[in-house]
Amino acid sequence: MNAEYGKSRVAIIGTGRVGTDLLFKTLSSCYVEPVAFVGRNRNSEGLSIARDLGIEVSSDGIDFLRENADSFDYLFDATSADSHRLNNIVFQQIQKFIIDLTPARLGHFCVPSINLRESARHSNVNMITCGGQAALPLAHALRQSTSDIEYLEIVSSISSRSAGIATRENIDEYLTTTETSLIRFSGTKRAKAILNINPAYPDVCMQTTVYAYAIFGDFEKIAACVSAMEKAVKRYVPGYEIVLPPVLDKDRITLSLTVHGRGDFLPKYAGNLDIINCAAVAVAEYKHQADSRTEVQFAKENIDQRSYSA
Amino acid sequence: MQKKILISDPTLRDGNHAIRHQLTLNQIEAYALSAEKARIDILEVGHGNGLGASSSLLGHAQASDIEMLEAARKHCRNTKLGIHFIPGLGKNADLDIAIEIGVDVFRIASHCTEANTTRRYIEKVKSKELAAYGVLMMSHMADAETLCEQAMLMEAYGADGLVLMDSAGFSTPDLVRQKVTYLKSRLGVDIGFHAHNNLGLAIANSLAAIECGATVIDGCSKGFGAGAGNTQLETLVAVLERQKYPINTSFKLIVGLTRTAEELITKDNPNITCAHIASGLYGLFSGYVPHIERIAKKLAVDQFELCERLAARQLIAGQEDIILEEAFRLAEMRGGTEKKALAMGHA
Repeated sequence: MNAEYGKSRVAIIGTGRVGTDLLFKTLSSCYVEPVAFVGRNRNSEGLSIARDLGIEVSSDGIDFLRENADSFDYLFDATSADSHRLNNIVFQQIQKFIIDLTPARLGHFCVPSINLRESARHSNVNMITCGGQAALPLAHALRQSTSDIEYLEIVSSISSRSAGIATRENIDEYLTTTETSLIRFSGTKRAKAILNINPAYPDVCMQTTVYAYAIFGDFEKIAACVSAMEKAVKRYVPGYEIVLPPVLDKDRITLSLTVHGRGDFLPKYAGNLDIINCAAVAVAEYKHQADSRTEVQFAKENIDQRSYSA
Repeated sequence: MQKKILISDPTLRDGNHAIRHQLTLNQIEAYALSAEKARIDILEVGHGNGLGASSSLLGHAQASDIEMLEAARKHCRNTKLGIHFIPGLGKNADLDIAIEIGVDVFRIASHCTEANTTRRYIEKVKSKELAAYGVLMMSHMADAETLCEQAMLMEAYGADGLVLMDSAGFSTPDLVRQKVTYLKSRLGVDIGFHAHNNLGLAIANSLAAIECGATVIDGCSKGFGAGAGNTQLETLVAVLERQKYPINTSFKLIVGLTRTAEELITKDNPNITCAHIASGLYGLFSGYVPHIERIAKKLAVDQFELCERLAARQLIAGQEDIILEEAFRLAEMRGGTEKKALAMGHA
């Protein structure tokens, strides 16, 4: 930790659009501060932006992190699933707390509004997928308010300009990782994920619909749990909004949400990229608070997971 | 010399839209047997939105992909078995199943501006030395130049052909001529065309595509397909025969297939209703129509006002979930009580 400011120091590997947006988000955080921004391409736009901001940059990739392991506390990986699998070998050697934004699925699946406290105890935390971060809080709310979820489906539409080539080539990984997480978090027997990429101009905001076949007694309880969860997610994703409250249509519970991005570096329509970055920063901030206080202080200051969860 | 026109028949795929994806295995078997006898070149089978598309969003199919493809496979010898696949709806695992069952023709589709989502799948099919067509859906939403750029990507991935789909039945023959001519002069691979009859122009558009060099044409028995249906197969074959285009089937052969369809499948045959015309006029995906009709009725909102608002959002195929959200918004504005009942859990 940086004693002077009382903030934890974070390094970011991956200087694409997600990494650069993370840089801006961590710069405005009260709990963490970016100290290194690392990529492999010396001429990347992200590196030059970071350099202008006075952040230490390197194009030596993972080697830089290995050699400068003392200079940071936590690490965000915003590269790719394949790179993360390689990077993780070094990450384990240097024993840092890793927040992985790739769909590599090596780390503990984390959704801040559901399992933040538990996740912070793991050394590698995986942020799942954008659709997962959007839908899992609602899946959790449905789990709390129904007795048995038979089938769960989520459909996300994102703007074409927010879907880079990696997203497009890894749609399959996106779908399978999202489906796995839906089953794990909701306890449903079967899950399906669908992704649409819409080229409309002006760009569409990320929108996700959740369909669930479930056994329930009290529909009002569903609405109440969803509404509480919306508030909880809003605390770390300000642009998270339910646009279709839970309704019962064709015997299935249906609800929709949109995510407007904060517009830190990425455009506001890119809510899909914003939500996963907001969630990742929420993990780092929680970890900082957990690391810098004793359990007793923690309880007294009431800044535990309740600050995010419903 | 005029190249042979291949007839691709999606009655057992696009037709599934017309009956909320409820085609049965008996229907599939009987139709596949008749298609083989009628010397149909390619028979497409599956959920209306393709492999892996059975869902709450689009409708859960009566039979699984495996069951449907196996049922058709039994009867297709010379007729090739085809599938439709949209990345994002279907997964690699769905494609593996189709390869395993012995599907011959893989039509890998994307919205007309998002062709690079198909690369992995086209390359996979080609690595197995199977036939892959690139399909650009909702092709009315892009101009000829954009379509060509996208088509060239698919060609570069290894696609054996490129199919333009007029998924909303929006196009007129002049638009079809312009686009097919542009593609024909720049692509090396075969060009296909898939029409919808929402504005009553499916045959005219198909003929226009052929005149400009398209050599793979989609047609369904009795037009059985999404929206107002597709190009009517028996009419298409009759016209092609009279115009002396070389084809493997003939009107005489098609009569038997039409009879099978009439007896077993197309009792709820689509005709051109105002809802279909609206879909064509506003450029909304043909598969939206039954969802729009159902939801507009349920929430007591005006169906055409809903269409207008959906069109303004420039939706693509696969965004059927937005219909309920938009209708709910509209109902809220109109102060209807129906939406309250829905939100209280009364179906």
